[in-house]
Amino acid sequence: MTLIDLANPTRFMTLSARVLPWLAAATAILLAIGLYQSAVAPDDYQQGATVKIMFIHVPNAWLSMMVWGVMSLAALGTLVWRHPLADVAAKAAAPIGAAFTFLALVTGSLWGRPMWGTYWEWDARLTSVLILFLMYLGLIALWRAVEDPSRAARAAAILTLVGAINLPIIKFSVDWWNTLHQPASVLRMGGPTLDRAFLIPLLMMALAFSFLFLTLHLAAMRNEILRRRVRTLQMRQARASSSEVGSSSEVDSGSREGSASRPEFGSA
Amino acid sequence: MSLGPYASFIVTSYLLVTAVVLLLIAWITIDYRRQKQRLHELDASGVTRRSGRRAADIR
Repeated sequence: MTLIDLANPTRFMTLSARVLPWLAAATAILLAIGLYQSAVAPDDYQQGATVKIMFIHVPNAWLSMMVWGVMSLAALGTLVWRHPLADVAAKAAAPIGAAFTFLALVTGSLWGRPMWGTYWEWDARLTSVLILFLMYLGLIALWRAVEDPSRAARAAAILTLVGAINLPIIKFSVDWWNTLHQPASVLRMGGPTLDRAFLIPLLMMALAFSFLFLTLHLAAMRNEILRRRVRTLQMRQARASSSEVGSSSEVDSGSREGSASRPEFGSA
Repeated sequence: MSLGPYASFIVTSYLLVTAVVLLLIAWITIDYRRQKQRLHELDASGVTRRSGRRAADIR
């Protein structure tokens, strides 16, 4: 079985149905462990108990970038191999990525008020993450605005790859510019500077949120495949009923030719 | 467990994350049911997939 075989929508539906319950269970267990470790973690000597916001803020911030990274890989799959599942993966990931980015912004703001004395500052890190959030919303709007999924896929893929330029800007903004946001303390050259008492719960929560993304993404991809299958079947039904009432055969054959070149989600 | 003077910021953060994650789960679950319902309707109207499988066959 090759990777291309696995990427067949019908095979994906079968495999994902088997994997999803296990992924959901693993996510619930990891989240329970992560939340317990976060609850019993000691207070920071400077920040006090507000350090607990880090355990949800940082995983959301990491995932906001990782999801765009996943979408960028999927965009390459759309543009280079024109694989229909690649666009399904990207489209399904966008709302989840937008939600993680929103949470990173809001929890960061709620952490910033007691620590910095302000909810918001137009510094490089905060502004670049806000731009990421707006790009997510733009992509979702694009997919909704273009009715033909194959046309929307190419436009969205190009926009996603252009938007990927923002990822290194977000990551290194705290090094390149003088920002209010603290520099990297986990993913950095020379290893983490966080104490183990904070690092272990943080990594557990990051793992739990990664599993959460994987679970939600697989489920959302299944929904998107079903949505495209519905669309294909509705078009087939419309063609069948139009030919029944004796509509123009020229128009009918034209629409068949048009759809023959597109990926068929109702075919398998 | 004492959350100190900034307890409201900490509790609000955790509640917000919980609410958004639950909303995501609910949205995906409702969307799945909606698509399945549409496929059942198409199945009932006699539309089949090119492979001959029933429209409501999720595979």
